[in-house]
Amino acid sequence: MTTLPEQTDRKLGLVIDLDICVGCHACAVNCKEWNTGGYGAALSDQDPYGAEPEGTWLNRIHTYEVKPHEGEAQIIHFPKSCLHCEDAPCVTVCPTGASYKRVEDGIVLVNEDHCMGCGLCAWACPYGARELDAAAGVMKKCTLCVDRIYNDNLPEVDRIPACVRSCPAGARHFGDLSDPTSEVSQLVAERGGMDLMPEQMTRPVNKYLPPKPKDTPAPNLNLAKLAEPETKGFLGWLDRALEKI
Amino acid sequence: MADGSQPVLETSPHVSDEVRRTTCYMCACRCGINVHLREGPNGAPMIRYIEGNRDHPVNKGVLCAKGSAGIMQHYSPARLMKPLLRTGERGSGEFKEISWDEALDKAAEWLGPLRADPRKLAFFTGRDQSQSLTSWWAQNFGTPNYAAHGGFCSVNMAAAGIYTLGGAFWEFGSPDWDKTKFFMVFGVAEDHDSNPIKTGIGNLKSRGGRVVGVNPVRTGYNAVADEWVGITPGTDGLFILALCHELLRAGMVDVDYLRRWSNAPWLVSREPGAGFGLFVRDGDGKALVWDRATNSAQPFDKPGLEPEMKGTFTAPDGGKCQPSFELMAAKYLDPEYAPEAAAERCGITAERIRRLAAEIADVAFNQAEEIDYPWTDFRGETHATMVMRPVSFHAMRGISAHSNGFQTCRALHLLQLLLGTVERPGGFRFKPPYPKPVEAHPIPNSLVTPNAPLGGPHLGFVREPGDLALDEDGTPTRIDKAFTWENPMSAHGLMHMVISNAHAGDPYPVECLMMYMANMAWNSSMNTASVMEMLTDKREDGEYKIPKIIYADAYSSEMVAYADLVLPDTTYLERHDCISLLDRPIGETDGVADAIRWPVVEPHTQAENRDVRCFQSALIQLGGKLGLPGLVDDDGNPRYEDYADYITNHQRRPGVGPLAGWRGENGGSHGRGAPNPRQIDRYIENGGFWLEHIPYENLYMRPFNQGYQDWAVEMGFFDKPFPYVFQMYVEPLRKFQLAAEGHGEHQPPEHLRDRLKMAMDPLPVWWEPFEQAQVDNSDFPLHAITQRPAAMYHAWGSQNAWLRQIHGENPLYVPGPVCEEHGLKTGDWAYVSSHHGRIKVKIARMDAVNEKTLWTWNAIGKREGAWALDRGAPEAKRGFLLNHLIHELLPPRGDGLRWSNSDPVTGQAAWYDLRVKIEKAEDSEMSEPRLGMQNSPANAAPDALEYGKDW
Amino acid sequence: MHPPPSMIVFTVLTGLGMGMIAWVGLGLGDWDVTFGWIAGVLALMIGGLGGVASVGHLGRPSRAWRAFTQWRSSWLSREACLMVVAKVTFTLYLGLWLVLGVEFKLLGWVAAALAMATVYATAMIYAQLRTVPMWSGTPTPFMFIVLSLTGGLLATGAIKGVITGETPVLYALAWLVVAGGTVVWWTQQAAGAGRSLDGSTMETATGLGSIGRVKMLEAPHTGSNYLLKEMAYQVGRTRAFQLRKIGAIAGFVLPLVLTLLALGVGGWAMLVALVCHIAGMLALRWLFFAEARHVQALYYGMR
Ligand SMILES: Nc1nc2c(c(=O)[nH]1)N[C@H]1C(S)=C(S)[C@@H](COP(=O)(O)OP(=O)(O)OC[C@H]3O[C@@H](n4cnc5c(=O)[nH]c(N)nc54)[C@H](O)[C@@H]3O)O[C@H]1N2
Ligand SMILES: Nc1nc2c(c(=O)[nH]1)N[C@H]1C(S)=C(S)[C@@H](COP(=O)(O)OP(=O)(O)OC[C@H]3O[C@@H](n4cnc5c(=O)[nH]c(N)nc54)[C@H](O)[C@@H]3O)O[C@H]1N2
Ligand code: SF4
Ligand code: SF4
Ligand code: SF4
Ligand code: SF4
Ligand code: SF4
Ligand SMILES: [Mo]
Repeated sequence: MTTLPEQTDRKLGLVIDLDICVGCHACAVNCKEWNTGGYGAALSDQDPYGAEPEGTWLNRIHTYEVKPHEGEAQIIHFPKSCLHCEDAPCVTVCPTGASYKRVEDGIVLVNEDHCMGCGLCAWACPYGARELDAAAGVMKKCTLCVDRIYNDNLPEVDRIPACVRSCPAGARHFGDLSDPTSEVSQLVAERGGMDLMPEQMTRPVNKYLPPKPKDTPAPNLNLAKLAEPETKGFLGWLDRALEKI
Repeated sequence: MADGSQPVLETSPHVSDEVRRTTCYMCACRCGINVHLREGPNGAPMIRYIEGNRDHPVNKGVLCAKGSAGIMQHYSPARLMKPLLRTGERGSGEFKEISWDEALDKAAEWLGPLRADPRKLAFFTGRDQSQSLTSWWAQNFGTPNYAAHGGFCSVNMAAAGIYTLGGAFWEFGSPDWDKTKFFMVFGVAEDHDSNPIKTGIGNLKSRGGRVVGVNPVRTGYNAVADEWVGITPGTDGLFILALCHELLRAGMVDVDYLRRWSNAPWLVSREPGAGFGLFVRDGDGKALVWDRATNSAQPFDKPGLEPEMKGTFTAPDGGKCQPSFELMAAKYLDPEYAPEAAAERCGITAERIRRLAAEIADVAFNQAEEIDYPWTDFRGETHATMVMRPVSFHAMRGISAHSNGFQTCRALHLLQLLLGTVERPGGFRFKPPYPKPVEAHPIPNSLVTPNAPLGGPHLGFVREPGDLALDEDGTPTRIDKAFTWENPMSAHGLMHMVISNAHAGDPYPVECLMMYMANMAWNSSMNTASVMEMLTDKREDGEYKIPKIIYADAYSSEMVAYADLVLPDTTYLERHDCISLLDRPIGETDGVADAIRWPVVEPHTQAENRDVRCFQSALIQLGGKLGLPGLVDDDGNPRYEDYADYITNHQRRPGVGPLAGWRGENGGSHGRGAPNPRQIDRYIENGGFWLEHIPYENLYMRPFNQGYQDWAVEMGFFDKPFPYVFQMYVEPLRKFQLAAEGHGEHQPPEHLRDRLKMAMDPLPVWWEPFEQAQVDNSDFPLHAITQRPAAMYHAWGSQNAWLRQIHGENPLYVPGPVCEEHGLKTGDWAYVSSHHGRIKVKIARMDAVNEKTLWTWNAIGKREGAWALDRGAPEAKRGFLLNHLIHELLPPRGDGLRWSNSDPVTGQAAWYDLRVKIEKAEDSEMSEPRLGMQNSPANAAPDALEYGKDW
Repeated sequence: MHPPPSMIVFTVLTGLGMGMIAWVGLGLGDWDVTFGWIAGVLALMIGGLGGVASVGHLGRPSRAWRAFTQWRSSWLSREACLMVVAKVTFTLYLGLWLVLGVEFKLLGWVAAALAMATVYATAMIYAQLRTVPMWSGTPTPFMFIVLSLTGGLLATGAIKGVITGETPVLYALAWLVVAGGTVVWWTQQAAGAGRSLDGSTMETATGLGSIGRVKMLEAPHTGSNYLLKEMAYQVGRTRAFQLRKIGAIAGFVLPLVLTLLALGVGGWAMLVALVCHIAGMLALRWLFFAEARHVQALYYGMR
């Protein structure tokens, strides 16, 4: 049902570390791989071997170039999937009740048996986290791997989202952001985890850890300071070095 | 749910009927994978999901984009289904399907007669992970013409590493990720260590460690690096030696380490003549050092010595000699190596070079720790502690794919040695069976006897001019001219020269070219268009200049169209394979490992009338038909049924076979042991791999660590302990220099003397990349390079329905200033020309890149009709290859000779030496050149996918 | 935003139908049964047509009925419900009046009110989207209502004119409303088109503004996808200008002239005015979508 819960028991979500994301697309492809055979309809691909291949994905990796006011341009890789917003506009606009936010963990889901494929929720999402599947005619979005995280058929350790499990750089963290003691909450606190487009007032659960400052030379060093007095020249120094051994 | 209740979810849906664990082959990283199988609509098992194997030493559970797209690779419409015999002209892609019996008979019919003159067969394999089988097969056939793709890949890295350290960055070692604090990475986009590097950098940065990326382009690892050094291509050697200069100048050098663990104290003869620059040795060939205590020359490995590091001494033979350390120090302290001398060329200011040297030194020496670690070295001296030097380096083709790559890699190893970081905790550490010195590697063999096996392994490491692959009158004995004066240390062969040499019949014609897993008619070759012509070029009598081409591929690639006989291989999920210690092993710094692949699904269940065979099985069966020694038993019957049979029962040396795990009748012994009939099952039970951890006391300083040496013998890496010290000064190089100076019986051709004198320097040097030195840089002011995209594997990723959505076409990235100069903006089209050719491409502006460097993603462009893609596929319409601009030869320079575009030491293809110019072009629909289309022997591709719909 | 034909036809026709219901329901003017029949039935038919069109863009039309369930939270659902209630009420009013001859004025006014509520709900579907500032940041509902009334008045006027050939006093009023509509349309659409995505920028979208100016280097995919087609639709400046001209002339200027002309030449001119107006509305509604920019496009580097 499309009225949002007053509050949810937990706030499960992802914390994505922009400081170490190398933009390898592993999480996006593994997401597609898991989910095309998982929750709801398959993630279809149109013209897959043709002139205009495209398909439905629940997670996509953008690459941005950022020009500081001074210093060299930087490149930041930017994974993007549903942020499981607390004030999820995609849910309240849904006319059929297919879109909803789960009371127990805050996951925003689409009940594909009820979705009529009107696309309004995708319009309501500021982040481009919903894609209407061209073959199934229903709305697809990140499920936070709801079919993994509680799945008794998977070993305990694997009850985490596919993207988190596969990320080679360890840039994706999964947990309960309503619990201040959780690993994710602490990361957010330490690293100043941020919301995307706060002005859209969606109150995203997912947080992004900003990249650390780049190209800042380590605390002022110079060899002269480290170096032995150079007066006697290198080979002179060598004698003393050998004495010490 | 107007009533306000949530739907009830099944949160524990059935995942898979069975999980089978094998090894990924979407690239050469060789990660462990769990393949989830589920019954498909027609009752056959289908792939539900592939995930990383958490227990596996390589990927420890993670999986990259390519590996995650394995399903689409496995079910690719481009899969070949049956053996193919060419019916149309070469290159047309017209074939008829034949049976396996016909195919193998045909191959035997073509190859059989060649055994009388085995050189007529050239057998080259691409990114082959079964080289210990393929090379052994070629040896038994008797041909000297065998190699894999290393010669155009990264042999500079491998050779420089082996000759200097007894192990290379390339696959044989890695940073000590857990302990290092400062990591400097040169010219790496992906490397073969795709996942481990990502994991390592992630951990290191999360621990607060510092990463510095040296690369003209700031993508991938360089994007996350804390500091980016946007160096000008081809100048790393200068930059690194400037760092060495600074460290020496400041005395920030680990003299004790160099003195004990390298040949820095070894005495170098200074007596003019045939021995000048060689080590002074005693009667039994042991190099000598000058012992301060006894004030006498002593063998370097004698315990309790205090070797001198400088001074001029009189050798036992009365000649003058000096420690190599002093020669090295004197060389690099020269202002010619000062930061100021490098700054402009490298595009890095002298101040910045100094600051970086200071940072490195600070971490190496001020943040070093002494940890309790009792161990015994090969001299028998015991040590209670070990120094941790938390500075590490890694490098790949960015420095090796240049014509000065070998010496640049050597320079980087010198830097590591000066800092004393190799095999120390926190530094760079080897993966068993490495470390392994040159002496433990074979000398290349090319001695041919009709109807008999080759004298020994084809590839190896030459020690002196006498080891070159030349016959009496100095003509090359190998079709690729490896191990000749043009490139004496071409340890991996020169696959990129095979087609042009075979076409030219130089040094001699071949009758049959057999290849495996290398798309030589496209992205794998320089000068692609000409290669396509050479493959179709005919003699007067109408026969092709390369009369027969047998090729094994799994998919409808560009190369398939140029084969006369195509052997369809399985996908990686349908095959037996072994990732063997005899080959390019997996494994980690703390353990030795090998692994298998096995048919987690049977080919015939994976598509209608799919009749493919694992190439290695086909090769073994062909060997049986040909009655090759080793492949048949005493009464001439095939010895092995297939690859699995070979993997289990073949013994290279008594007790040593393709797989090291669970040997012995009952699988009780590891490393050495009799064949175990259940060996493969044991691997399967264990997740597809075998891993043996190195005893703690043997983890570090392994070349000199007695404990490790004994363990290595136990494991079967060596038959006797092989301790050695690092070769800061490489004597074999000097031996070739001496020859060039006129000494010794083996003399190079005149025109090569000067180049050999320059290139074969026993101490690292830098020279201007050849193409740049030869073309007019005002005509071709820019560099052009390629990078591996993380989500694509060369050509073979483009048939993948998911990956091609990520990289369906490739723009040429152009630096902002160049865009402004030429009035270019993202989306414009431009002509890019080199001394050799011109391409028309779509560009995109980029600022986080070296100002003189254009770049694009590698191997995205495709030939129309290949890979079962529609003709209008973006890969074929707008995608492009830089290869059309790169020639395997340098432009003529008026001396009547065409010099090869490669490193003069190893012959490594100099892909990244390319110089170009750019001009704005009119808007366009298609990139150029257009090389026509090929017919596809593969099934038609579907126009929509809903994979997994059935579950 | 991608301008979906079904949506354009739907909003224009429903607006028109509801406008007619409003005027007939209000029952101003000296209207006979013939007029009632023609106007009433036409109103319902036009509204009906719109309803049919709206199903056109659904992925799963068979589930359209579910759209009646979420009136508590969803404007689209409210619109669906209101539309039905409005039509039922109006049918009741018509029935009483035309069949039983009982003119139950109050019921008519309720129908009129519901009709306008429906148009308001339609407008709110767009106006609620903070992600599309051009819709949420401007008086979209007001515009929809005025345009609906304009169309409704032109239509009823035209019918009256054609039946009687007379030119009722309503024309003056129609004239005013049309003029008003013009003004509203101008301020809202023409001005709104230029409006930037207030507040949201590539910097806020990526959170990287603190480092510097953000530009997209590589999209997640080299081809297109649903998001690009749906949210990143872009219309050329000149094309937009042309359409805006056509919309202005066909939608307002011509109808104005024709309503005035009708005084002289006779009521049938009103019919022409109506046809022009509808054509103009279709053009402007196309622009309403095509010119609207969605903040999602920022992630693809479209500032
Ligand atoms: N995903 C993926 N992984 C792969 C492959 C693949 O196709 N896809 N291919 C595999 C193969 S066969 C190989 S050989 C390895 C290669 O592994 P890499 O060597 O990492 O691959 P390259 O793309 O050659 O990367 C060369 C890098 O060096 C930089 N570079 C170029 N010239 C210079 C220079 O002069 N100096 C410096 N410092 N940098 C320079 C380029 O910008 C680029 O980043 O990757 C393997 N792994
Ligand atoms: N411009 C430019 N060119 C380059 C490079 C560069 O950096 N820049 N890099 C060079 C380097 S280092 C390399 S290694 C080469 C790589 O280039 P290639 O070695 O050609 O690599 P691919 O094209 O990916 O694969 C070769 C063939 O292997 C086939 N194949 C895939 N899987 C299987 C299988 O399971 N069995 C069999 N039998 N065949 C299979 C594929 O279909 C393909 O035809 O490219 C080289 N070319
Ligand atoms: S897998 Fe990890 S590193 Fe790769 S793109 Fe996703 S988040 Fe970034
Ligand atoms: S990210 Fe978009 S789809 Fe996900 S909850 Fe927020 S608004 Fe809804
Ligand atoms: S597309 Fe489906 S989920 Fe989205 S708003 Fe429409 S009905 Fe609801
Ligand atoms: S949580 Fe699951 S569904 Fe969401 S992006 Fe990650 S893998 Fe995809
Ligand atoms: S790096 Fe990726 S493709 Fe290569 S073996 Fe590992 S998982 Fe497979
Ligand atoms: Mo390679």
